[in-house]
Amino acid sequence: MHIDVILAAPIVFVSIMATASMVLDALKTKENGKTIFLFSIYVLMATFLLSALTFSPSSHFGLVALLSKFGLAPAPETLHVSGMLTVFNGMVGVGGYGCFFDMIFTLGGIMTILAARPFLESEKLEHSEFYTLILFAVAGMMLISHATNMLTLFIGIEVMSVTFYILSGYTRTNEKAVESSLKYFLLGAFATGFLVYGIALIYGATGSMDYATIASATHGDIRFPTLLLVGIGLMIVGLSFKTALFPFHQWAPDVYSGAPTVVTAFMSTAGKAAALAAFMPIIMVSLPAAMSYDGSNKIQMMLAVISALTMLIGNISALVQKDVKRMLAFSSVAHAGYLLMGLVAANPEGRNGIMFYSASYLFMQIGSFIILSVLERSGQTNHSLESFNGLSKKYPILAALMSIFMFSLAGIPPFAGFFGKYYLFTAAIHADFTWLTIVAVVSSIISVYFYIGLIVNMYFKESQEQEHESQPGLAAISLVLSTAGIIILGLLPSVVLSIAQASFGNH
Amino acid sequence: MIQYIYLVPLFPLIGFLIVGLFGKKYLKSETLIGTIASSAIGLSFIVACAAFFQLIGENPEQRSHIVPVFTWIQTGALNINIAYQVDQLSIIYTLIITGIGTLIHIYSAGYMHGDKGFPRFFAYLNLFIFMMLNLVLADNLLLTFLGWEGVGLCSYLLIGFWYDRKFEGSNIVWTGDAAKKAFIVNRIGDFGVLIAMFLLYQVFGTLEYDSINQQAASMTAGGGMITAITLLLFLGCTGKSAQIPLGVWLPDAMAGPTPVSALIHAATMVTAGIFLIARNATLFALSHETMAVVTGIGITTALVAATVGIVQNDIKKVLAYSTVSQLGFMFVALGVGAWWAAVFHVMTHAFFKALLFLGSGSVIHGMHEEQDIQKMGNLKKYMPTTYKTFLIGTVAIAGIPPLSGFFSKDEILWKAFDNGSPILWAVGAIAAFCTAFYMFRMMFLTFHGKERFDHHHVHPHESPLSMTFPLMVLAVLSIFGGFLGVPYALGHFIGVPNILEHWLEPIFANADKILGHAAHHENHAIEYGLMVVSTAIASLGIFIAYRLYYSESSKPTELAQKLSGLYKLLWNKYFVDEIYQNLFVSPIRDMSEKFLWKIFDVKIIDGFINNTAKATGHSGEYIRKMQSGVAQNYAVYMLVGIILIVGYLVFG
Repeated sequence: MHIDVILAAPIVFVSIMATASMVLDALKTKENGKTIFLFSIYVLMATFLLSALTFSPSSHFGLVALLSKFGLAPAPETLHVSGMLTVFNGMVGVGGYGCFFDMIFTLGGIMTILAARPFLESEKLEHSEFYTLILFAVAGMMLISHATNMLTLFIGIEVMSVTFYILSGYTRTNEKAVESSLKYFLLGAFATGFLVYGIALIYGATGSMDYATIASATHGDIRFPTLLLVGIGLMIVGLSFKTALFPFHQWAPDVYSGAPTVVTAFMSTAGKAAALAAFMPIIMVSLPAAMSYDGSNKIQMMLAVISALTMLIGNISALVQKDVKRMLAFSSVAHAGYLLMGLVAANPEGRNGIMFYSASYLFMQIGSFIILSVLERSGQTNHSLESFNGLSKKYPILAALMSIFMFSLAGIPPFAGFFGKYYLFTAAIHADFTWLTIVAVVSSIISVYFYIGLIVNMYFKESQEQEHESQPGLAAISLVLSTAGIIILGLLPSVVLSIAQASFGNH
Repeated sequence: MIQYIYLVPLFPLIGFLIVGLFGKKYLKSETLIGTIASSAIGLSFIVACAAFFQLIGENPEQRSHIVPVFTWIQTGALNINIAYQVDQLSIIYTLIITGIGTLIHIYSAGYMHGDKGFPRFFAYLNLFIFMMLNLVLADNLLLTFLGWEGVGLCSYLLIGFWYDRKFEGSNIVWTGDAAKKAFIVNRIGDFGVLIAMFLLYQVFGTLEYDSINQQAASMTAGGGMITAITLLLFLGCTGKSAQIPLGVWLPDAMAGPTPVSALIHAATMVTAGIFLIARNATLFALSHETMAVVTGIGITTALVAATVGIVQNDIKKVLAYSTVSQLGFMFVALGVGAWWAAVFHVMTHAFFKALLFLGSGSVIHGMHEEQDIQKMGNLKKYMPTTYKTFLIGTVAIAGIPPLSGFFSKDEILWKAFDNGSPILWAVGAIAAFCTAFYMFRMMFLTFHGKERFDHHHVHPHESPLSMTFPLMVLAVLSIFGGFLGVPYALGHFIGVPNILEHWLEPIFANADKILGHAAHHENHAIEYGLMVVSTAIASLGIFIAYRLYYSESSKPTELAQKLSGLYKLLWNKYFVDEIYQNLFVSPIRDMSEKFLWKIFDVKIIDGFINNTAKATGHSGEYIRKMQSGVAQNYAVYMLVGIILIVGYLVFG
């Protein structure tokens, strides 16, 4: 087997399997929902494993070492992949942070699929496309996180986005879902235009689309500084749209609240992590020289302002929402603001903070959306704040889990959210962005109001209804996974942090 | 086995999770739950024993092992590991906790039989053991503090275990009130530990015991900062170990089930204070002032609690005051620098006090929840095993040779004389006299004399084997436990070494060097003399108790009337609870209600918060209008954003 294929095994595998699941769907006619469901679960689990095994390509415990025992690959010590460990002629990077994000994406995919099955069954919508689309979305995300060339990045972003457009309108008979799908598509197409234009201008200014080449080209004299700056600006605009940063965030609350809840769970977590995985290497690998070419830190400053406004607007808007799903949608905008702080800091701590927080955010956000979806199936038709009154009596376990998610989102120890915020905030302080940290703390305080407010509704307000038996089905596994994730990340933060740290060490 | 020491706290944690999560709904069977919970602690005990035997085989100077488990907190210069320190001190505590813990778990399976909270009880008990083990095995103060808070929580949960039952006490109506009292009083002490921790980090730049110990060893005595730190730590100890001024919670903690009193409020948790000082002995040795305070508080508590114990009629309360008093002895030992003697007394006390508490539990069980010793009598006829074991425990605590209590208490009294002063010894001897007296008073009233209970309603019976078996084991330990610390003055005749002192020597080497204590073996004549005197004093106490209480007589009542002033003072526990009520609780409550709540909270804080919230809410409403839902508008906002960004980058 070609060494490149082995090193890029997670992406190659999940892409082939996503295609295979379509073929499988065509071959089998009966009960293909269940078949494809199981198939995609196993594929994602295997992808997770492959990501872990290729995390450190030259290690003695990885995939290469394993295959070399059977003579299918060279011994890991003799591995000479050009410089930065890129494969396929420098289009794809392997191992490291890419694999860290892969694990986030695949976990997100697994939890979503598990929670989606009972939802799809009850809606009589269980077509195998759903699972296939999730597989494709994961493939696109992984392409993003492994991209070392803007072309690869663009392809990854488009694969992910197109699946999202379809998924958000998956419940075709639901007007709101269709509206959100269309809105997402129109604005997404608009933003993609700027992203492509930005890439083109950067190519024009530097003559390359390769991250490393751009980095070295911007190191000395830049021939067309204005061209480059406009390119960077437009690129940031495009990526900000995908990350839902102010003022390009407005699609997010509408789409998140209109789309089926399980889809929102996936888009707002894994999707956001993917956007960050695109953003991070652009800012930290490709453009660090360009960011301060004339001695100013203009770009950094601009990102800081965007970050501050994003978290303030997100949290203040969430504060006045009467609907919990919409509230979570707005607060998801605010969390993008926190994550951006890591890029503003542009130091190793910020980088680790982003990776740690993406992982924590995955668990707490996906968990809370899955609870909403379980409630929907138990007959709670809307998600108004009042409908959560006395939830602790009706569904004690769901209410307790929801409280854990809310505490974690609000950043209260000992849950994952606390350490995530802590790392991002200290990164910003060490980068001399104390004012930004103050804004972040203030907006966190604002967010405590609505997160804890929900707990107050669940525990201290009465409702007439009796205790019900909730039927989470397979979603229970997702809930256990996300709760375990939050608690493990909260109790053993340094373990995950050291993995995040190691993921840049190989490059 | 030492590298697997993390298994010791891990087993109880697993037990807690299994019983706590699945006990009520899925396991259901009492036998199953009792077995799981007991074997969790039993397994820990086995691992601890293996580690102990490995330690014995090692060079005495190199018996300290740090076993890192994982990095807990890592931020900047502060690096806190979850790491366990296995050495001569922590292994003794671990053996006591897991060994006695196992026995008490087995006992509880019988005692709690039929209680509707059976699974909950065992879940809490396992959690307690987990926390306690973290407390003593920690290699740094923060992890100890985690355990410290954890055992406080478990103590709270278990005191209030029967939350729907009434309990009599000053200003206390429900068991829940007693639990709250214990928790709140402990918070005051915990606050001290917290501040001490900040100061320690400031001075030493670390919270790891080894590092602090080494740095402190090269310091000179008499620093104000060290005095402050040690005094604050000691404040925490007075809370956890029920010393004056924070000792008021322990007698009310008897509201909990009796096995809890035995495990938490006699054998293990309340000795955490002694552990904390012993662990930081080098630090304490640096401050003469703190050492003096520790001695003073210890001896006062020992005497005051012992005198109160004389007049109590509730079998468990007598034991509670006795515990407070014995803990006082241990602090005296620490205060005069006889570190190992304090640990020795912790051990023997754990044996005989657990035995006495479990014995009293057996009595209460057999008497259908009766706790008043005035309503008992002649129980030896009905409960022979309980009687015999209880008698052994009583003789042991009274300090009659050769039972364990004699050796440890006598060592403390001798050191109080040798390192301290004759007055210290005299006060201690008086407290020891009171101890012998009230213990035998309780013994005679309970097991001898006439049957004063109502035969129609109460049919005393011996407890099942699951309860008497632990009693027998503890009785054996109470008899022979003292031979681990035979004083040199006695031992060198017959060739018995002082095992425990030698064992602990390396731990306290630095502290002893600072204090200038060397193991000297002179003045045997005085030591023998004091031994004889203290044994005589204890025997006198027993004799008086015998004359007054063995056979029915009106003498005690007459005596109480004659000394009615003193009797009232003791009966009301020196009015400490009332003084606290009037001095602290009521004024604080009044101020909280009239000022902090109605003015400060409602007007100032709420006013500020509400107005800020209103303002934020208003801006939220405004921003919401921007979120029109119309895609074209969003595109326009995006365009504006693009123009601003590109414009700023190019022209800004």
